[in-house]
Amino acid sequence: MHGRLKVKSTAQQEEQKRQEREKKLKIFVAVRDACFSKRKEGIWDDEALKLTQQVLSSNPDFATLWNYRKEILMHQETVKEKDEVQTIYGAELSFLESCLQTNPKSYGSWYHRGWVSSRMPKPDWARELTLCDRCLSLDERNFHCWDYRRMVVKMSGVSVDQELAFTDRLIGSNFSNYSSWHYRSTLLPLLHPESPEPPSPCLKPAQTSPPPSPQTHSHRVCEEQLLKEYELVQNAFFTDPNDQSAWFYYRWLLGRAEREDMISCVYVSRDEERVAVAFSRPVNAQSVGLLLVLDGQPQRVEWRSVHPRFKHSPLWICDLPPGTISDISYEHNLTVHWTEKHIHRDCALYTGRTESYCRDSAMDQELFRSELSVEKTSVLQSELQSCNQLQELEPLNKWCSLTIILLMRALDPLGYEKEMLAHFQTLREVDSMRSAYYSDLCSKFMIENTILKMEYAEVRVFSISDKNLTTLCHLDQLLLVTHINLSSNQLQRLPPQFAMLQCLEVLEADNNSIENLEGLYHLPKLEEVLLKNNKISTLADLQPLASCPKLKRLDLRGNPVTQIANVESELAELLPAVKDLLL
Amino acid sequence: MAAEELPSEFDVVILGTGLVESVVAAACSRVGQRVLHLDRRSYYAANWASFTFNGLLTWIQQHHEESQSEEVQDRSSLLEEGEELIYLCNSDSASISNLQVFCYTRETHEEEEEEAPTPDPDPADTTEVETSADGDNGVKETSETVSADSKEKETKDEASDEKEEEQSQAPHTDGEEPETAQPQPPTAPSQSEPVRKKISYTHLVKEGRRFNIDLVSKLMFSRGSLVDLLIKSNVSRYAEFKNITRILTYRNGNTEQVPCSRADVFASRQLSVVEKRKLMRFLTSCVEETEEQQVYNGRPYLEFLRDQHLGDNLQHFLLHSIAMVTEDTPTEVGLTSTRHFLRSLGRYGNTPFLFPVYGLGEIPQCFCRMCAVFGGIYCLRHSVQCLLVDKNTNRCKGVIDSRGQRISCSHFVVEDGFVSAERKKVATPPRSISRAVLITDASILPSDSDQQVSMVTVPPIAAGSPSVTMVELCSATMTCAPGTYLVHLTCQSVGSAHEDLSPVVTRMFHTSESHDQDERPSVLWCLYFNMADGSAAQVEGHDLPSNVHMCSGPDGGLGHEHAITQAQSIFDKILPQEDFCPPAPNPEDIIYTEEETKKEGVEEEEEKETTKEGEEEEEEKTNEEEKETKKEKEEEEEETKPLKEEHKAIQPEELWRAEVLDLLTQLVLVQKEAAQHQAQVVQLLGMLGTQNSQQIQDLQNMGRHQSLLVENHQALLLQTSRIANHLHDITKKPAAASQ
Repeated sequence: MHGRLKVKSTAQQEEQKRQEREKKLKIFVAVRDACFSKRKEGIWDDEALKLTQQVLSSNPDFATLWNYRKEILMHQETVKEKDEVQTIYGAELSFLESCLQTNPKSYGSWYHRGWVSSRMPKPDWARELTLCDRCLSLDERNFHCWDYRRMVVKMSGVSVDQELAFTDRLIGSNFSNYSSWHYRSTLLPLLHPESPEPPSPCLKPAQTSPPPSPQTHSHRVCEEQLLKEYELVQNAFFTDPNDQSAWFYYRWLLGRAEREDMISCVYVSRDEERVAVAFSRPVNAQSVGLLLVLDGQPQRVEWRSVHPRFKHSPLWICDLPPGTISDISYEHNLTVHWTEKHIHRDCALYTGRTESYCRDSAMDQELFRSELSVEKTSVLQSELQSCNQLQELEPLNKWCSLTIILLMRALDPLGYEKEMLAHFQTLREVDSMRSAYYSDLCSKFMIENTILKMEYAEVRVFSISDKNLTTLCHLDQLLLVTHINLSSNQLQRLPPQFAMLQCLEVLEADNNSIENLEGLYHLPKLEEVLLKNNKISTLADLQPLASCPKLKRLDLRGNPVTQIANVESELAELLPAVKDLLL
Repeated sequence: MAAEELPSEFDVVILGTGLVESVVAAACSRVGQRVLHLDRRSYYAANWASFTFNGLLTWIQQHHEESQSEEVQDRSSLLEEGEELIYLCNSDSASISNLQVFCYTRETHEEEEEEAPTPDPDPADTTEVETSADGDNGVKETSETVSADSKEKETKDEASDEKEEEQSQAPHTDGEEPETAQPQPPTAPSQSEPVRKKISYTHLVKEGRRFNIDLVSKLMFSRGSLVDLLIKSNVSRYAEFKNITRILTYRNGNTEQVPCSRADVFASRQLSVVEKRKLMRFLTSCVEETEEQQVYNGRPYLEFLRDQHLGDNLQHFLLHSIAMVTEDTPTEVGLTSTRHFLRSLGRYGNTPFLFPVYGLGEIPQCFCRMCAVFGGIYCLRHSVQCLLVDKNTNRCKGVIDSRGQRISCSHFVVEDGFVSAERKKVATPPRSISRAVLITDASILPSDSDQQVSMVTVPPIAAGSPSVTMVELCSATMTCAPGTYLVHLTCQSVGSAHEDLSPVVTRMFHTSESHDQDERPSVLWCLYFNMADGSAAQVEGHDLPSNVHMCSGPDGGLGHEHAITQAQSIFDKILPQEDFCPPAPNPEDIIYTEEETKKEGVEEEEEKETTKEGEEEEEEKTNEEEKETKKEKEEEEEETKPLKEEHKAIQPEELWRAEVLDLLTQLVLVQKEAAQHQAQVVQLLGMLGTQNSQQIQDLQNMGRHQSLLVENHQALLLQTSRIANHLHDITKKPAAASQ
């Protein structure tokens, strides 16, 4: 028997624990009920404070009781001396501390703390900051604490550079911390704002008159600081290239200014007596105060998006009252006002012309490249070099490859096209789980490049065949395209956005996997649709075509739909205007 | 000698309270073995011990004196039929050699003598520094004489055992030197450098209790076997630990920080981004074994590192600070130790190491505590004189203790120092560790915080010299006085400790031997000694009965792997079927039913009495018994330090001590009775049935509290016996105390 200790069996332990739990529960319920009945009677005394404290210390997530406590405290404020109130709130804070020790992520406790701190006659912000720092040193990702800290900082007016030093410290101890990086991204523009450069005229679209709104540049950082940040973040991703937080911050640093709000294109067609307006971002034309002035006369028109599915769209169209511009011998002047933003764009429809448009010429600079000064371009060049260096060391790191692609896009999208495709290939291999994402992204970049090429060539033909496209985007940029060739890609559908190609006459989309033609919706000029070797399988899928009035020629060879019995007669019924049907 | 002093029968008798012995003791006791744990010394942990500054001075003195081996009494009268005796040696001083002490600080400050002895720096000292303008030379001479002197001693030691001479050396170095030693005055006091206050020797002695100076210098790998064992067995609850905060290396005459964790690498300013990547990649890749690595098996690790195109910086860090090996270590060994380092990284902080607060000597004591909690009996200053061996089976049947009591046991575990040399099988030539302990006034690499705990690797500074591991402890580890740093240097011996380590010390620190004035930390006091390398001794192959297990002393490695592996293998030999240190139950899960209390109470009482009688009868020996639960332990821990200090001050009175002992014994007995009565009451009430269940529960609680109270008193008793121990120390060495 010597020294052998008797240890309780697990059954005994459990039984004892169960009993303890029951006892606790009984007390808890009793106190809770007492609190509720007191609140009902509107009693706001010290005893109520004590009772709620009892419950909350075991369950700090009881929002109702916190609210009751707030009521009591507010009542106390009215009846007690200022000094006393300060003491009460002080006690409240230390009680909250104990609650936070039980559950450092309790919404209720943190919120209540914020409330108490803001109501306290003489809040001790320094103490609160220390508390936050201690909390964050225990768990640097406790977002409740981050939230509370933001409030404390705001209330106590801690200087921005002190806060930046704070993020330095947190990042130094563990750079895998989104909160700190993000906080940095909000502090830097305040501390080192980008000097407001006079916008260089060559880059500015000639026709946008209003000055750039102050917000446009507000999140940019001056170049000198930017260089320091690049160095810091490089240290992080060279140390651990698999940690995403640094890469995301880097991406923010590389980010470009937001596009200004503007009307990018106005298109008018005499035949359809229709006006199409493209915006720099999706808007709801019904609510932004869009006004169409024709020859000095405001017109009452009804704006609609190209597809009923879009409430917000970068492209809006309207039909002019019949006969207003149909006479080819008249010249008309159109102005579209975006009254909300004080922006307008003119467009003249000359005699003898069936259509006219007015749009930004320097689209390439505007859309797919960041606005970079010469210095910044050289900075980006050196950033690309260091990323390439890392890539050599870590050929399989996806973040690095992706960043290289983005840097190349920012520097010279057309020049780096080949390298970009190679990097996408690596990405698909090393990160096969996201291969579809990379394919989509690659499609997007290829489309951007093709748009640029089309711009340079000043044509209205968009040809992007055999580029492994998986998705279509930037379709609002293709408003004026008359002929599109999407053959031999991997497209599965023509999305509703496709209806933005208001000038489209010929669609070539052979050898894809298209099943869905939703986007071929009310295209006024569409005459020819070539869909050889796709996956259209039912007549219903062809239904949208019926809304295109000028469709003459349709090639459906090699589609499952051709196997349907009576397909010819059914189609004749569905699309009576189509004369040239290939099955 | 009365036979009733100790129970005459145990399962395991253990002699020596070093780490291995203590772990074995805890493991055996935990699974229900009756353990008697003895140590001839007056302190725990043998060569693993930690001492206060004054304690260390006493230890040094003891080692100079320790010569007259006690007369071996003939115990053959106690022999029974078919038995023979194996005498153990009584002196373990052989494990320590080449002790040398240097003091580089003035004995007192003129001002300090009058002023209150506060450790705070007072500006008055600056004047003092300025006044002694030509002190430099004085110190120089002194230290030269001392070192010359000690070298003489060494040669003499080697030649013969001239003990008297050795004895005289301690007072010589301790006493004489401070008189002549002068504080370091800056010959050209520079304006930029703030004048560092030099702490006086008197101050060190005055603050001596704040020091906990380890004889061995080790660190605990966060995923090493010791940490695993501490966690597994719940022994960890008896101690507190601190992270080593940084890893440094000495390179090209500079001390640099080694980036080893991710945060370090990120923050490092020495490394380029490409180097950062290479380092991180190497660290990540070498965790797994690859074919590429196997190609290098047998070839030097340095070659492998070179072929990884890492650059000089990184090679140095990886070889010396992370793998902590030498240039010709084979690749597979280098990789294994690199992995060991990396595995431990990030578990508790930015470095892979932990250090116990209050020093390494805490660790063996924690295991002893665990052993005592499960019924082990402890006697310090109590040794085993010889073993009783059955001639036929060649098994040890029991032992005869230093009082001539015959104690039978089925296993005997012994520290190797007690086994005579001719019976041991040791590696030839005998290996040893060179050690230096420095008390300095500043950190080797000042930083924002003055509470850094640093591990420093110093590669061989010249061809043929050993690579040195250095640990710098700050006052937050409770091992040194505020304002001072405790620096431990360790290496495998090539020559004597002084020969091996003083070149490193003079390079990295400001001693009076060096002329140039700089910002290096000043050494205030230092100690050099050699200690036998425990890894040289082997578990197997000794000329000992099969149930006698020998434990080796500390090894030269940085971690505790050797000791823990050895403890486990000894335990497995003793109890092959049992679990090694299973988790101790929580105190609240231990049942104190009425019967148990009664029964156990009686049993304990018996033990108590025997041990107590022993103390009273023969006051030179102190028996300690610990029977604690976690709670008591906590309470006790609070009490320990102040109590010790308080009573040290009181002039010892043998009578008073005996009285206190008696009183406490009575108190314990009374409490025990009370507890028994309570338990009976509880039993009666229990029979009353269910209607009074609430009441009964309360009373049961009360009963439990009472029994806890009894335990508390036992703990108090233990306290007292410890105090008695200290008092005894003081009485025995009034000279030391007055100093």
